[in-house]
Amino acid sequence: MSFEPKVEPLFSKFGWIGIGLFSLITFVFIPYLYLGASEQSVFQLSSYSVTLIGKIMCYCIVAVAMNLIWGYTGILSLGHGLFFALGGYSFGMYLMRQIGRDGQYQSDLPDFMVFLDWKEYPWHWFGTDSFLWALALVVLVPGVLAFVFGFFAFRSRIKGVYFSIITQALTFAFMLLFFRNETGFGGNNGFTDFKRILGYSITDPSMRAVLFVLSAAMLLGAVILSRALIRSKLGRVLTAIRDSESRLMFSGYDPIRFKLFVWTLSAVMCGIAGALYVPQVGIINPSEMSPANSIEIAVWVAVGGRGTLIGPLLGASAVNGAKSFFTQAFPEYWLFFLGLLFILVTLLMPGGIVGLLSKIKRSETSERVGG
Amino acid sequence: MRKVIKEVVSSIDQKLTLIDYFGRLFSGLSLGSILLLAALGLAITYGLLGVINLAHGEMLMIGAYATYLTQQLFTHFLPNFFDLYVLAAIPIAFLTAAVIGVILERTVIRWLYGRPLETLLATWGISLFLIQLVRQIFGAQNVEVSNPSWLSGGVEVWNVVMPYNRIAIIVFALCVLVGVWLLISRTRLGLFIRSVTQNRSMASCVGVHTARVDLMAFGLGSGIAGLAGVALSQIGNVGPDLGQAYIIDSFMVVVLGGVGQLAGSVYAALGLGAFSKLIEPGVGAVLTKILILVFIIAVIQKRPQGLFALKGRAVEN
Repeated sequence: MSFEPKVEPLFSKFGWIGIGLFSLITFVFIPYLYLGASEQSVFQLSSYSVTLIGKIMCYCIVAVAMNLIWGYTGILSLGHGLFFALGGYSFGMYLMRQIGRDGQYQSDLPDFMVFLDWKEYPWHWFGTDSFLWALALVVLVPGVLAFVFGFFAFRSRIKGVYFSIITQALTFAFMLLFFRNETGFGGNNGFTDFKRILGYSITDPSMRAVLFVLSAAMLLGAVILSRALIRSKLGRVLTAIRDSESRLMFSGYDPIRFKLFVWTLSAVMCGIAGALYVPQVGIINPSEMSPANSIEIAVWVAVGGRGTLIGPLLGASAVNGAKSFFTQAFPEYWLFFLGLLFILVTLLMPGGIVGLLSKIKRSETSERVGG
Repeated sequence: MRKVIKEVVSSIDQKLTLIDYFGRLFSGLSLGSILLLAALGLAITYGLLGVINLAHGEMLMIGAYATYLTQQLFTHFLPNFFDLYVLAAIPIAFLTAAVIGVILERTVIRWLYGRPLETLLATWGISLFLIQLVRQIFGAQNVEVSNPSWLSGGVEVWNVVMPYNRIAIIVFALCVLVGVWLLISRTRLGLFIRSVTQNRSMASCVGVHTARVDLMAFGLGSGIAGLAGVALSQIGNVGPDLGQAYIIDSFMVVVLGGVGQLAGSVYAALGLGAFSKLIEPGVGAVLTKILILVFIIAVIQKRPQGLFALKGRAVEN
């Protein structure tokens, strides 16, 4: 007799409706309101708001990736900002090459290299003028780094807080590396002043709309992928790693391979998000790799609700929405708010917003049953 | 003639490199003592509670600001005894940091035992909060903490200038180490701390009040961080971000040394200090940091629990 677990449907009816609504809004309405609606119309969207939403969607992809590794597999990474930034830098190299001779010094080389008196591109810039190679780098650089690091870390059974601390040290070391001018990534100024992608101007509204739609599509893809993954047998192994790794090992599984797979996948998703983020905000610099940024990613997921599908999206949007509000209205209180958020969410709402909502729902139904 | 000159030159070169290495060793020792001071408290709380306190760096910062306040008090009320303010700052910094640590344990960390990853996030929140609080009270700029006269200047040994404040920190670290060692190995509290570290449930069964031990140990760990803050205030800038610079390094010490024994932290701190100062002139500060990280990851391949972890039968869950 074999025991076959019941396979859940990919999405519930509400899930499909949500996906449909999301697609309708991001693929049709927002691009239309941004490009098509007349200037006088109240519904006309500004470039600022389109960029802001696009940016937050990139963060949402990162949150989905973080949720895969932390929410479902129970491994807290404090270095996901690194993969995000590496994806951004990989695509940034291509964007720098696209500036061509339009820089301050009218040279073939980016301005910061002229400034350093370099005569040619260093070796790691090889081939970055090709769009396809840049896209490959976006996936390969974070992927390979995560794979190698994960291989050594998981093989020696580093887990729990040890793993978190080592990932934090990793992103810190990379931040120091990228701060150096000699590394060849523009030092603390990083990359900025991008001009075009594939020959089209980057500030053009239709280019913004294309990037926006691409981010939305990637986000949708990330959500569907993570749902499909978690629903599969592999997903069950992942949650088993989270809940009791020793028991899983005693049942004959080798958790290392599963961990390595989901860790690398998560890093690649972050890299793609970073590559979409950079052309939209127009700058990438080493502060993206600071340990503080990576740990903030964890709090997005915690606020929304770990191990839930919709939680990371809610969390990333809510925290970043609050951030853009606070940093404009009361910049000095943002850190207080963020600090308190960390403390209160972990103390009082371990399930995040989603956990809170389902609790309220449950108590309502029980009241109805009781009454 | 030429041969003789060559020999003399090479012998001078040799002597110079020797002196150079001596100088590096001294700065390595000095860095190692700072790392030790910063990591000692962390090793105790991590060994005991299994939680990592990301606000530990801010305890250093609080210790440094307590030193600053003591200095201000002395300049206003006891200008004649100004040179002694550092000595007065030692107990003040210890107590300030310890009290804040105890408050944090009671209000936040206690509720998160058994959830180490959440503790990581919550203590990070505490650290952000404390940094911003200090920024609001004292301003974002660095405050000035001056050395008392008996700590300025230095002594020259073999052409290597050894500043008094660096020597004082090495001695101070040694004193703190001896003090902590006595506390852990000779007192009743130390006995309890050791027992809870080794086997929490068994200790609880034989009547150790583990919750109180946790509280005391957390206070002790924070207090030691406060002491480290006094030391740091004597050699560098005192600003709200002071702790951030040391937190990752002190974690590396704990990860490398393993928990459960003081010796692990001592060897790891001195080893990392000497290692980084020895290779730093050759490869630069940034590559040193990266090499150390690679080194630690390599060591952990062989000894996942750190170099000097206690051997026990504890099963990981």
